[in-house]
Amino acid sequence: MEHQISATAGTGAGLTVGLVVNPVAGLGGPAGLKGSDGADVQREALARGSVPRAGARAARAVRALLAAAPGVRLVTMAGAMGEDSVRAAGGSPRLTGEARPAGATSAADTRAAVAAMAEADLVLFAGGDGTARDVLDALRPLGADAPAVLGVPAGVKVYSGCFAVSPAAAGLVAAGYTPGAVAEAEVVDLDEELYRDGLVGPRLYGTVRVPADARRLSGRKTGSSAAGPGSAEGVAREVVSRMRPGVRYALGPGATTMAVGRELGLATTLLGVDVVEAGPRPRLLGADVTEARLFDLVRGHEALLVLSVIGGQGFVLGRGNQQISPRVLRAVARGGPGRRALVVLATQQKLAGLRGRPLLADTGDPDTDLGLAGHVQVITGHHESTVYRIAAASEEYAQ
Amino acid sequence: MSGHAAEPFAKLPVGPKPPLRRFHQARWDEPIIFEQSRPGQRGIAVPGPGAPAVELPDSVRRAAPPALPEMSQLHVLRHYVRLSQESLGVDLNVDVGQGTCTMKYSPKVNDSFARAVAELHPLQHPDTLQGVLEIYWRLERMLAEISGMARVSLQPGSGSAAIYANIAMIRAYHAARGEEHRDQVITTMFSHPSNAACAKTAGYEVITLMPDADGYPDIKALRAAVGPRTAALLITNPEDTGIFNPRIAEFVELVHQAGGLACYDQANANGILGITRARDAGFDLCHFNLHKTFSTPHACGGPAAGACGVSEALAEFLPGPVVAEQDGRFSLVTPPRSIGKIRPFLGVTPNVVRAYAWIMTLGAEGLRQVAETAALNNNYLMHKVLQIPGASAPWDRRRIEQVRYSWQELSEETGVHSEEIGVRAADFGVHYWTSHHPYLVPEPFTLEPTESYSKEDLDEYAAILAHVASEARTDPELVKGAPYNSPIHKIDPTPLDDPRQWAPTWRAYVRKHLA
Repeated sequence: MEHQISATAGTGAGLTVGLVVNPVAGLGGPAGLKGSDGADVQREALARGSVPRAGARAARAVRALLAAAPGVRLVTMAGAMGEDSVRAAGGSPRLTGEARPAGATSAADTRAAVAAMAEADLVLFAGGDGTARDVLDALRPLGADAPAVLGVPAGVKVYSGCFAVSPAAAGLVAAGYTPGAVAEAEVVDLDEELYRDGLVGPRLYGTVRVPADARRLSGRKTGSSAAGPGSAEGVAREVVSRMRPGVRYALGPGATTMAVGRELGLATTLLGVDVVEAGPRPRLLGADVTEARLFDLVRGHEALLVLSVIGGQGFVLGRGNQQISPRVLRAVARGGPGRRALVVLATQQKLAGLRGRPLLADTGDPDTDLGLAGHVQVITGHHESTVYRIAAASEEYAQ
Repeated sequence: MSGHAAEPFAKLPVGPKPPLRRFHQARWDEPIIFEQSRPGQRGIAVPGPGAPAVELPDSVRRAAPPALPEMSQLHVLRHYVRLSQESLGVDLNVDVGQGTCTMKYSPKVNDSFARAVAELHPLQHPDTLQGVLEIYWRLERMLAEISGMARVSLQPGSGSAAIYANIAMIRAYHAARGEEHRDQVITTMFSHPSNAACAKTAGYEVITLMPDADGYPDIKALRAAVGPRTAALLITNPEDTGIFNPRIAEFVELVHQAGGLACYDQANANGILGITRARDAGFDLCHFNLHKTFSTPHACGGPAAGACGVSEALAEFLPGPVVAEQDGRFSLVTPPRSIGKIRPFLGVTPNVVRAYAWIMTLGAEGLRQVAETAALNNNYLMHKVLQIPGASAPWDRRRIEQVRYSWQELSEETGVHSEEIGVRAADFGVHYWTSHHPYLVPEPFTLEPTESYSKEDLDEYAAILAHVASEARTDPELVKGAPYNSPIHKIDPTPLDDPRQWAPTWRAYVRKHLA
């Protein structure tokens, strides 16, 4: 759908945007925890060295919003749930609700915050699929009067359709929002308990209204069932035939990379990052590793990252595989361009489903993402590949 | 369909026909011809007067009779007429919906010429074949002129066989230069998939370029893909979208710079005959499907006829034999470094004769007019189709001879898919094909009117699509339940993917299912 032009577009005058940050969103990613729901998981993530990043990502969104629409009114919660991000972006918000200390927020806090912003034209929230569910719950009682919402991607998994492609894209979508010009988007989530046990069970929780901007929204993750049953095996066979002895391969999450593990005869995981070393007798050096362990395993070794593509969205980095951090990428690329470190896997079917959108990287560090931009070879089957564009999520939709 | 009132009888004057045909196809529930065999039944062809009696020596007589059906002439005739009534095709309906396969009318007069060569034997001495060899020679020269290539082989029995011959020549060319390490072939997503398939069959790794945001093959991806391992680029232009790539010479140049060869899939040259030539864009090889462009029968998997054209540098690798001419005498020679045979003997001679006759009746001006009419027909049909709410043609680019359209908008509104709309169209006597897989264009359908069809044909076709699209809005279940007026209703496609079930011949059917 096309963006509608109105008198307010471009300046933000008359537009009120509420901001809700889930400060603990994304904590579980680098720790290999596949999500951040629940206080125990958050403590564990912090213990494993994860650093909160949702606030900084929200600040990037606000910076882009204010640059494009200086006249916008911002309403937010005090402290880590929004105020800190607005101030970091150079804005002055109107505050509502009570400040909560970072690390001690809960789903109930998110819901209360969204409810307090029911008067806004648009609620911008920073988090992941769990946060999106809380936003959906808070809006339900408001029915048709509920404001439109838009997600700033900051979670471990961002599979729902209500998120922008990057924080900056979220700011730009918000800046261009004309009240009423909306589209429906699905909120989906995986059961994190089952997900940690290696079972994928995406559930549709409901729909929310988002600003109509199909270009800058990441779209809902699509299932991989559309691809033929033989295709993942074909891709896996090709990957294995290209493996060189002594080289370490970090296999990202996903059914296709799991098939690579199967082809090697190794017990790799469906949802974690695993490190294998190729050779006459391939070895599994680490299963479901954290960012820190991954860094240790690849540093100083010849290594490559074997990554699948999130169907419908195109993300290769930064969604469900935050263990592969900027420093891991730098270590693997060993001074060369980052994309040389990538072995990307996708069936032709999956690439066709991107409808011409590029592959996307959102490592959290825009410079790292920019270093990846260009064309990468994508293995699409046995003796089959394509050359496809990969872009920095933060840059791709910045215009 | 149920609910039709009885049609009035003998009401004069006869009323006008409704705008859409009240079509109903024949359904004969016809057994396989082998099932109709009755021992001892015969159809007799009486030999001509004066034919000498021939006694075959025992050494060439079969010990057991062949397992052929035994039937009378009437029953054979009836069988095939019935099957022909259960079919759609260019002789029966407006067959513009088989985009990329390209259906055009084959003038019946050309069949009479093909009959004239039917009794030649491929092992006859060339001295007794001078007429047909001259036809081969002259057709080769015409196709060389049309493509700009130096030499042409007419041996392949189909378009895909011609692509395979080209791949084999590419492999032989690099091998002759000591460059066997070139093991990658680049093609594009909207080139005919036979290109990727043939390259893979020949052992190459295939790199397929996706379209860029403008619908052209991504030239930046090509830059990233070419290198010392590049054997060749295999590309169609215009692609299956109907969009002509104006930077095609740059594509060729990039591949040449990397040491690779460029091969133009001109299977369907309907949009470019007499307008642009493969060699002029720098291509080293090309191929034609004689049925797509030069009006021979499509033949549903063969024997059709393909032609491969090559530049001077590749002529020594052509499949053999080829026809040579000296002082008006024609002989068969095998090029010095020939890749060998792509099929037995010379080629599919009846189709070579038909293609020759077709070109001779048109001449150079006529060929160009074919291309201009095909493009005009296509753009007229596109204009009509795009007036149907819910139909679109992605990328907003000028189209040449075909268009890959999309019903995405209609499908999102109604839940009716493109396949279902195409099947419902069969209730009005036409059909269409969607697209190769995977679908890059959502809810695709591909129409290609060629030069054969009249304005009235195209109006009728567009009116059928408009009607079915409107049915999808008012009664989606009706469309999803179609067809109602065709001999076969819903079929289960899963046996096509199951080697235990499929049976392309009667013998295989007996072995797999009756044994």
